[in-house]
Amino acid sequence: MPIAVAPERPAVRSTIDRMAPPSGLGDKVFKWFTLAMALAVVALVFLVGWQLARGSSLAIHRFGFHFLATSTWDPVAEQFGALPFIYGTAVSSLIALIIAVPLSIATAVYLTELAPLWIRQPIVSLIEMLAAIPSVILGLWGIFVMIPWLRDHPFPFLKKIFGWTPFFSGPIYGVSMLAGGIIIAVMILPIITSVSREILRSVPNLQREAAYALGATRWEVTRIAVLSYAKKGLFGAVILGLGRALGETMAVTMVIGNTPQIRASLFAPGYTLASVIANEFTEATTDVYLQALFEIGLVLFGITILANLLAQLLLKTMGSTIKSGAVQ
Amino acid sequence: MTKLHKLSGRFLGLIIASGLSATASAQMTINGAGATFPYPIYSKWFDEYAKVDPSVRFNYQSIGSGGGQKQIIAQTVDFGASDGPMSDENLAKAPGKILHIPTVAGADVVTYNLPGSPALKFDADAITGIFLGQIKKWNDPKIAALNAGASLPDQEIVVVHRSDGSGTTYIWTDYLSKISAEWKQKVGTNTSVNWPTGLGGKGNEGVAGQVKQTPGAIGYVELIYAIQNKMPYADVKNSAGKFVKPSVESITAAMATAQIPEDFRFSMTNAPGNDSYPIAGATWLLVYEQQKDAAKGKKLVEFLKWALTKGEDMAKNLDYAPLPADLRERVLKRVDEIKM
Repeated sequence: MPIAVAPERPAVRSTIDRMAPPSGLGDKVFKWFTLAMALAVVALVFLVGWQLARGSSLAIHRFGFHFLATSTWDPVAEQFGALPFIYGTAVSSLIALIIAVPLSIATAVYLTELAPLWIRQPIVSLIEMLAAIPSVILGLWGIFVMIPWLRDHPFPFLKKIFGWTPFFSGPIYGVSMLAGGIIIAVMILPIITSVSREILRSVPNLQREAAYALGATRWEVTRIAVLSYAKKGLFGAVILGLGRALGETMAVTMVIGNTPQIRASLFAPGYTLASVIANEFTEATTDVYLQALFEIGLVLFGITILANLLAQLLLKTMGSTIKSGAVQ
Repeated sequence: MTKLHKLSGRFLGLIIASGLSATASAQMTINGAGATFPYPIYSKWFDEYAKVDPSVRFNYQSIGSGGGQKQIIAQTVDFGASDGPMSDENLAKAPGKILHIPTVAGADVVTYNLPGSPALKFDADAITGIFLGQIKKWNDPKIAALNAGASLPDQEIVVVHRSDGSGTTYIWTDYLSKISAEWKQKVGTNTSVNWPTGLGGKGNEGVAGQVKQTPGAIGYVELIYAIQNKMPYADVKNSAGKFVKPSVESITAAMATAQIPEDFRFSMTNAPGNDSYPIAGATWLLVYEQQKDAAKGKKLVEFLKWALTKGEDMAKNLDYAPLPADLRERVLKRVDEIKM
C-alpha cells in the first residue's frame, strides 16, 4: 500500500516543473485567442445581418415600409407584405411561452427542491430526450396524433366555455395558431426546464437554510429564498426559450395551417416567418420573390435581436428590484 | 526460374490492379441539381446507368426546381432539373442557350375525405368553384349533378392545398387558369400562389395528412403519392367532355395530344383528346446547348440518349408516365444538336 502512495508527490513536483516560467506569454496568447473567438461570434452575427440585407435590397427598395405593414402575399402578382407572418410568429411564440414557462419552471422546482432523489435522474433524462426529438418527427406526430385529438376534445371544450370571446370562436379545423403554439411549447419545454434546473441548483444552500432557520415553510423557502434569488437566471432561461420559439420551423409548419391571414381566433390557421421561408424558398424562381423571402429572413433576424434587447432592458430594471427585495 | 516468373507475374497483376483502381477513383462526376418530383426515377436511372457506363458517376441534389434553375444559370452544375419550364426572363440571364429536355410526366389527383370514400367525379366548374371558395358544401348541386349515385353529406368543404412551393401546385394552378378566367385573373399560375381559401399542408404528406384527418376535406396530391398510399381519387372531365381516371396511360395520352413547341417548354394541362387526363405536367432536365467541357458533354449526351430510350421503359414501374413515342423522337433529335 505505501508503494502506491509514494509516487504522488513526485507527480505533483513534475507538474510544477513542467509549467512554463511565469513569463506571461501563455496568458497573453490565451487572452488573444479567446478574444478572437468571441469577436468571431460577433462578426458572424453581423455577417448574417449584412448578407440578409444585401440579399433583400431590391425588395426593400421596391416595397419599403409597406412590406411590414401590408398583408397580401401574392407570388404571381409579386405583391409581398409580411404582416401576417410577423403576427403569426409573435402570437405562436407568445402562446408557447404562456404554456411552457409555468410548466418548465414548476418542473425545475420540483426536481431541485421537492422530488425524492431516486426520481430526479430518470425525469431529467426523459426531458433531455424530449429535446433530442427531431422537429420534423414532432411535426408528423402533430399532424397524425395531436391535431385529431385537439380537434375532437380540447378545442370543442374551449369553444364551449370561451366561445363568447373572439379568441375561441369560428370553425375548428384542428390545424391552427393554437396548435402551432402548443407544438412550439413542447419544443421549448426541455431547454427552459434544463436551464432553470441548473439555475435553481446553483442557488446556495445557505439561502435555504437561512429561510428554514427563520421558520419558513417549504413553499415560503422556495418562493422567498430560491425563486426570488434565481429570478434573473430564470428570466434568462425564458429568453433562451423565446429565441428558439421565434425560429422554430418544421414542426410549426406542419400544424399551423400555413394561411397568411390575421384572425383574432386562435382556432384559425396562421403562418410564421420561418415557415414561409421553409415552404417557398426552394421553388422561388423570380428575383423579387426570392428577395422578398430574404427580407422575411431579415425581419425575423431583427425581431430576434429586438426580443433579446428588450429582455436585457427588462433584466436591468429587474436587477434593481431584486436588490431591494433582498434588503426586505 | 518458374518461381521467379510466377512472382513477377503476381507483381505485374498487382501493378495492373492498382492502376485500375486509380482510374476508378478518377472517374468523371457529372453534377446536377433541381426538382424533387422526379428524384426517385432519376436516382434509379443513375444507378442503372452506372452499370452501362462505369466511367461516369452522377451526383444529383434534389433541392427544388427554383434551385435547379438558379444553379444551371450560375453554371455551378452540369445539368439542372425543373418541374416547370424556365421563364424567358430567367433564360435571358443564362450565359448560353439552355435546352429543355422533357423526361417524364406526372399528374395531380383530387383526393377527399368523405364517409365511405365514394368514387367521385369532378368537372372544371366544380373544381374551380371549390378552390375559389364559392362552393362551400358537399351537397352543392354542382357536385351532386356529376355524382348521381353517391350520397353527398350536408357538410362544409375544407380545402387543403400545398403550402410549399412545388411543381404539383404549378400544374394545379396552370390547369385552373386554363379552365377558369376568374382563377386566371384573381390567382394565376405559379409554384405557390395567394390562395383564395383553404389550409396549407407542407409536401404531399402534409396535404394527404390533413385530408385524411379532416372530415369533409378536399385536396390535390401527386398521382404517385396517391397510388402508393392507397388514397381515393376522383375522375376528372377533360376538354373532350369525357371523365378520365388519372393513370400513367392517361397522362401519356395527354402528352401525345398536347401542343408542344420546338423548345419543349409546353404545358399539357387540359389537353385535347378523349383519353387525356387534364391535370398533368412534365418535368425537364436543363442543359446548355454549347457544352463547356467536351468530355463531360459527350458523356452527358450519351446518358440523355440512354435515359430517353432505355430509361423511359423503367418509368412505368415507378408510376411515372413516359414520353409518347413521337415526342421521344423529337427530343432525341434535339439532344443530338448539343455541341461540345
